[in-house]
Amino acid sequence: MNDFLSQVRLVADWLTSSQQWQGAEGIPQRLLEHLTYSGLSLLFAALIGLSLGLLVGHTGRGAFAVASVANLARSIPTFGLVVLVVTVVGLSTTPVLIALIALAVPPILINTFEGVRGVDPDARDAARGMGMTGWEVLLRVEVPMALPLILLGLRVAAIQVVATATVAAYPGLGGLGRFIVDGLARNDYELVIGGSAVVVVLALVVQVVFTALRRVIVSPGLRASAARS
Amino acid sequence: MSDGEPLVRWDWIGDHVGELAHYTGVHLQLGLLPVLFGLIISVPLGMLCHRWRWLYPPTLTVANVLYSIPSLALFMIFVRYTGLTEQTVMIPLTLYTLSVLVPNVVDGLASVPEPVRQAATAMGFTAVRRVVQVELPIAVPVVVAGVRVAAVSSISLVAVGQLIGQGGLGYYITRGLQLDFPTPIVTATVLIMLLALVTDAVLVLAQRLLTPWAQDRGKTA
Repeated sequence: MNDFLSQVRLVADWLTSSQQWQGAEGIPQRLLEHLTYSGLSLLFAALIGLSLGLLVGHTGRGAFAVASVANLARSIPTFGLVVLVVTVVGLSTTPVLIALIALAVPPILINTFEGVRGVDPDARDAARGMGMTGWEVLLRVEVPMALPLILLGLRVAAIQVVATATVAAYPGLGGLGRFIVDGLARNDYELVIGGSAVVVVLALVVQVVFTALRRVIVSPGLRASAARS
Repeated sequence: MSDGEPLVRWDWIGDHVGELAHYTGVHLQLGLLPVLFGLIISVPLGMLCHRWRWLYPPTLTVANVLYSIPSLALFMIFVRYTGLTEQTVMIPLTLYTLSVLVPNVVDGLASVPEPVRQAATAMGFTAVRRVVQVELPIAVPVVVAGVRVAAVSSISLVAVGQLIGQGGLGYYITRGLQLDFPTPIVTATVLIMLLALVTDAVLVLAQRLLTPWAQDRGKTA
């Protein structure tokens, strides 16, 4: 317990010292880099994953391919992928974005697909019976009903991207992982644990944002059935 | 990477077969023991959550919060207590499995049809025997579906442990970067994927053997 308290104090000291909050190696700069990597790759991954997932879910074609790709993609060690891309292409932001996008697409894709697929066929038939076109069925019935799963996919992807962007510091890129990797190299435990604390806080913020998002945009009628996730 | 360097030098793989086999074994152990520990924790925890529903939301929240902590950060927090050892990798990986395994145990138990439960009670099963001999076996397909997800992600996460010197095949990933030599990185990445896919296939097979009665129903998620 004493040790835990001393660890907390270490983090607090590190976080409150003014040098952490300015310059190219300060927390704001690293946080900005981290959010840039994560945000950009999540944006592209969402564009790819959502459109493909909606397409396959709505038409029902290519379902097997989607499931196989998602299963295969889950087995890719992201650490290996990031390091490999950097070794082959060189050290710049683009290869890392590619690796992060490859990581984020599968959970978005599979959950969007499952969400649309899982929509009650009666609801779909009723919508058609009311004279809705295919697009209207998709946008006004299937998407709203699939929203809990779509958000789950986006959340899982966001959490993985934020976590893996940390690993990107190892081959020499910026972001919050820098503190951890540099701290390890210099045997500076304060830096390591301080950096870890910032990463943990960021991850928790992502989690809270998605929980709040679900409260706001998921239809109240669906919330009870979406309680698990 | 220097120009003309191929992505894979096959002779390097040939020269390192023994060493690769050793690290593969270490990797499997680091990846799968946490799933086993996770299961040992999740089954009783899931049973408690099934019995007392109010326990479930807070338990799930804790598991989800743990899951959202990046592995590198969690490893570092445990370094303080367990040093640069295998435990420092395995404890966080165990914690990660809970966010998949606990909900699947709960859902699995919830999938037991009420008439089956009542029949067991009517036949004179005590509560404990009913859970162990009737409800848990019926829950197996759903639980195994969770174990598959947990095992695959656990195996691919082990590599990050290399940053504290315990990464199984992750050793070749950092080594390749230091030497600017892609062959070990490609080899390790492919081997890790193979380990994950083979483990997944073995689990599917294990489930078939464990639930012979569910043979043709294909209830896995």
